[in-house]
Amino acid sequence: MIHDLAVIGGGPAGVAGALTAALAGLRVVLLDGGPRLGGQYFRHAHGAEPEPRFARQSHALRQRAEVLLKHQVWAVSREDDAFTVHAHGTARAEVRARRVLIATGAHDRPLPFPGWDLPGVLTAGGAQALLKGERVPAGRRIAVAGTGPFLLPVAAGLARAGAEVAGVFEASGGLGLARHPVMALGKAGEAAGYAWALAARRVPYRRNHAVIAAHGEHELRAVTVARLDRDWNVLGTEELECDALAVGYGFVPQIELAVQLGCLTRQDADGTPVVDVDARQRTSVPGVWAAGEPTGVGGWELSETEGRIAGLALAGAGEVPGLLLRRRARLRAFAAALQGAYPVRPGWQSWLTPDTLICRCEEVPLARVREAQELGATDARSIKLLARPGMGWCQGRMCGYALACLAGEPQQPPRRPIAQPISLGALAEPPQKEH
Amino acid sequence: MSDVIVIGAGVVGAACAYYAARAGLDVTVVDRGPVASGTTGSGEGNVLVSDKEPGPELDLALLSNRLWRELAEHGGFEFEAKGGLVVAETAGVLRQLTELAAKQGVEHTAVPGEALGGYEPHLAPGLAGGVHYPQDAQVQPMLAAARLIKLGADSYGHGTLHLRTGVTVTGFLRSGERVNGVRTSHGDILGGAVVNAAGTWGGEVAALAGVHLPVLPRRGFILVTEPLREPLIRHKVYTAAYVTNVASDAEGLETSAVVEGTPAGPVLIGASRERVGFDRTTSVPVLSRLAAQAVELFPALREVRAIRAYCGFRPYCPDHLPVIGEDPRAPGLYHACGHEGAGIGLAPATGYLLAQLLAGQRPGLDLHPFRPDRFTREENG
Amino acid sequence: MERFDISVDGRAVPAEPGQTIGAALHAAGVRSWRSTRFGGRPRGLFCGIGVCFDCLVEVNGRPAERACQLEARPGDEVSTS
Ligand SMILES: Cc1cc2nc3c(=O)[nH]c(=O)nc-3n(C[C@H](O)[C@H](O)[C@H](O)COP(=O)(O)OP(=O)(O)OC[C@H]3O[C@@H](n4cnc5c(N)ncnc54)[C@H](O)[C@@H]3O)c2cc1C
Ligand code: FES
Repeated sequence: MIHDLAVIGGGPAGVAGALTAALAGLRVVLLDGGPRLGGQYFRHAHGAEPEPRFARQSHALRQRAEVLLKHQVWAVSREDDAFTVHAHGTARAEVRARRVLIATGAHDRPLPFPGWDLPGVLTAGGAQALLKGERVPAGRRIAVAGTGPFLLPVAAGLARAGAEVAGVFEASGGLGLARHPVMALGKAGEAAGYAWALAARRVPYRRNHAVIAAHGEHELRAVTVARLDRDWNVLGTEELECDALAVGYGFVPQIELAVQLGCLTRQDADGTPVVDVDARQRTSVPGVWAAGEPTGVGGWELSETEGRIAGLALAGAGEVPGLLLRRRARLRAFAAALQGAYPVRPGWQSWLTPDTLICRCEEVPLARVREAQELGATDARSIKLLARPGMGWCQGRMCGYALACLAGEPQQPPRRPIAQPISLGALAEPPQKEH
Repeated sequence: MSDVIVIGAGVVGAACAYYAARAGLDVTVVDRGPVASGTTGSGEGNVLVSDKEPGPELDLALLSNRLWRELAEHGGFEFEAKGGLVVAETAGVLRQLTELAAKQGVEHTAVPGEALGGYEPHLAPGLAGGVHYPQDAQVQPMLAAARLIKLGADSYGHGTLHLRTGVTVTGFLRSGERVNGVRTSHGDILGGAVVNAAGTWGGEVAALAGVHLPVLPRRGFILVTEPLREPLIRHKVYTAAYVTNVASDAEGLETSAVVEGTPAGPVLIGASRERVGFDRTTSVPVLSRLAAQAVELFPALREVRAIRAYCGFRPYCPDHLPVIGEDPRAPGLYHACGHEGAGIGLAPATGYLLAQLLAGQRPGLDLHPFRPDRFTREENG
Repeated sequence: MERFDISVDGRAVPAEPGQTIGAALHAAGVRSWRSTRFGGRPRGLFCGIGVCFDCLVEVNGRPAERACQLEARPGDEVSTS
């Protein structure tokens, strides 16, 4: 059977896109690797209800479309006039569809620093997922560090869950809590909520500060907090005891499936490679659409709006309502402003020592990266070929951004013909054409 | 002004530069990208004598094999003299394999089916037998290429050998008929001779000098598994079909199992061959076939996960032989390209012999079979 | 379904229904369950969403499962290394 539309990703963009298209009469299938719909923002624990708005949407979607959870998509290919989505659940599965909507979201963008691979150090999104999806706080006494507005909800969530938040360390300067961008979006209530949660528990919020080293033998015991200048060079340091650290410096859109299909990409305001889409969320490849973080990081509301626009356009709507287009424009402008307000500054490279791991999977320290550069590896790809950063399990998802910075180039679109690990046995067998 | 300008910092260009510097020549290597960014960065790193028919390519491979061992003594890149094991599914194929081995005159041992387990404990049961080639080896080609250039510079003087990355050759300079330099994105560079080591793009570079070389891309995919804690596979193991595929002219897809472990832990699985131009789109059927063939050979791989894949474009000439030597149609221009699926293995011998030519010596092997003007009119298109 | 136990190197560790192995381990104070192949460095959860592969662990004899993705089931046997 050939579906009219296969949606990859069950976050706000994917669910909105799938539902909109299904309501317009399309035969839709949605795939997601996780056990529940929700993506990163609407993540919720087993047995818990997600936020009502999203709960309604996913409920409606399940009645009108096929939803395949726990299906990791490892490739999408194009044959003649249809696409095949190659997934792996309990067995290899294939889904055929005339059109594809890529709504695969983003993952955290970490920066390396000495000790960042110690257990107890989590990405900010990781700590959030553990809390929202599993009801487990990352530790008892937790430091939150990095840059960007996402640190606030992470810290507030942990504080509300009863963890002691030892401090929020925002590497950028400029905007204080009162002028925090979530305010500017008319979400003063939300921001005030975070601020109140933190203030009520006397959690220090420090701008121009970062965690530049993590200490411990087998697990995290303490971190070094540094005061930074505006380029993020260290002005002074102090040690802070904590058993967990949630750290994040923005997000990396997951665009490998679009790259597999040959979709054109562009650089977002901060240089991140994102899928290039037109006003109707169409990519450069006929039949392939993208919505949400893959087209540029901008939060759940923008993702949902893009999903709805894509869904309408996919269903052949002659015109997309101006309301949606205006909302998208406003949210995109806001996202661009945020990227401008929270740039990663080059001084982080001075936090590294020669033996700081850049690639966690292949355990490649800075010294080996530098050695490869001396041998004539002048870009991230050739550094990878010579010294192996990015060749391991995660395929450069964790070190890709840092490596690009070290190579002095913008991050390149990821080439991953196999986007998710798949056993050779499953790869070898003809798929069960169940869907 | 350099004595020699080498276009291409792949493994072949690196070997040419190294041996030319060793011969006392001043060398400039230019590449439009970083070091090893062409096909050298998407190969497997096999250094094989086992898969070659007797003849000029085998002679080149044997010389190269010896030279790789010499170069590896300098250290700085992985080189594993692990040996190759070619296996046959049927008695008939085994007979062909042993006949080929006898003709090759290369060091080898015929292995009966029941003795295969002694070589590779995890091989599937029921294979008819195989041939073991102790000289087959494995090299990490990217690092090897980069190290060769550095080794040349360190040993013979940084003024003697230098690498310029990010420089694209856009044309040739001439004095009369003779090529005496290149025009590049970063200005003209004069040199006594120019070596075209542009691999799969060797035909394009030759065209800049107005000569035709029929070098075409032949795509290959490699599957890479998760790193294994314990090595599962000791040799480079491949099926007899590989030998026939290597020598075939088919445009369509051909695959045969080539499986080997690496010091870093992952198992590499090849090999596919198809002529589809420079198309990088993932081909799931190709990946599936590679996986199926590997699992058939090593059932223990069934549960092992593939974590990535990559593809590259072998520089292919119609007669499957590389082009090595001065081009009589453009004196001063030397070619060292078109090594198809064996450029990593054949690089040192190519560089060694070309350096002899450049230094005005008689090359240690007859280069006539590799001459640039050997192609017929049809092949020249 | 009620809370149940999984076995971690023979020791009982409680898990909530629907919880991942990684979350159950983390909640029980087991935060490192693997050592890296070159440096022998300890590893546990990092990204929490299945992209970093730091949290790999052996479950019921299957090596290299992502602990942050795999739901715990009663009787699961987890081996750390
Ligand atoms: C899947 C696969 C598996 C393989 N496995 C093996 C194997 O196991 N063993 C083996 O021996 N071989 C193998 N090969 C083949 C091997 O990789 C090639 O034969 C070899 O890399 C060729 O080396 P080269 O230096 O000639 O070309 P390349 O490595 O491609 O180098 C050519 C260089 O020239 C540069 N260049 C091109 N045009 C210009 C210009 N105008 N100006 C400046 N620079 C330019 C390019 O940027 C490039 O860096 C394999 C190939 C593939 C695709
Ligand atoms: S914690 Fe990153 S994959 Fe599980």
